[in-house]
Amino acid sequence: MNLAQLNVARMRFPLDSPEMKDFVDALPEINALGDASPGFVWRLQGDNGDATGFRPFGTDDVIINLTVWESVEALRDFIYRTTHLEFMRRRREWFTYEGLKNHLVLWPVPVGHTPTIEEAKARLDHLDTHGPTPHAFTLRQVIGG
Amino acid sequence: MDEGQINSVGALADPTRRRAYELVVEAGRPVGRDEVARELGVGRTLAAFHLDRLVEARLLEAVFARLTDRTGPGAGRPAKLYRRSDAQVEVTLPPRSYVEVGSVLAEAIERAGADLALQRVAFERGRAASSQTMDNALRERGYEPATTPEGDICLRNCPFHTLAEEFPPLICGMNLALLTGLAEGAGWPVTPRMRPEKGRCCVVLERQG
Repeated sequence: MNLAQLNVARMRFPLDSPEMKDFVDALPEINALGDASPGFVWRLQGDNGDATGFRPFGTDDVIINLTVWESVEALRDFIYRTTHLEFMRRRREWFTYEGLKNHLVLWPVPVGHTPTIEEAKARLDHLDTHGPTPHAFTLRQVIGG
Repeated sequence: MDEGQINSVGALADPTRRRAYELVVEAGRPVGRDEVARELGVGRTLAAFHLDRLVEARLLEAVFARLTDRTGPGAGRPAKLYRRSDAQVEVTLPPRSYVEVGSVLAEAIERAGADLALQRVAFERGRAASSQTMDNALRERGYEPATTPEGDICLRNCPFHTLAEEFPPLICGMNLALLTGLAEGAGWPVTPRMRPEKGRCCVVLERQG
């Protein structure tokens, strides 16, 4: 099994505002770093090469990223043990999670399966409703192998 | 209190053994009994005895590796080397549970989205700390500084490891702010930067200029 990951965040400023510049400017570098990381499988991207164009929550300020990894360890190594951490450290400059119960959900997917946004939203709902279970869990509470 | 924790601390009561432990930690790489014996000025058998007691107490762990590049017949068997284990020993008398408090506070700060307030406080505390030489200040705080071949300072121990594993962006961000405050306040000729790598602190102090 692989591991799918959905992350949602509410932008504090419009994507093209000066306040978001450092975040937007870093996207190509950080996405390339992710793509080259051991255990990376897939990420959702639009024509612009990233996922910032998707607004599946019906509001213009909530953006998402959706990725697939070979394991939780591979995902952790990328987000916490590369330059990516420098941008996570600064997340509150750009994002708030107000009005969002969970902002990250993980779930197992068969090798070769590409998760859809609808599927990802359903997993986030499941986590919000039932808490961490093998069907939908978090980085701090990984459930199942 | 946990029996194992008492035994771990008790293992350090012997001064020679404590010195052996410090030698292994300071080396920052696995070391063999011959090297420890040489440094301590004791026999190899005694050095191995102390090192094995430290393994039993879970303060060190043994690894096997060849010290030369030779392989195949005639290369000899791999040497037993020692390095610090990942086990964390914490003894507080009377019992105080700061790691748990830290974890609860960290989760609350994360939920409140107050990362930036935490970073501000850490920076101010760092800047207000009494000025010391860089090496002493880092050592006293448990960072175990070492100079890289490029002349930067890397930190071989993360003093906040347990919490940093649980809340990386929050605690590593706090740590960077604290080190930036310390460096600015005391005028150290370095710029702290987030450069995470497995097995050491996520911050590297880059030499200026």
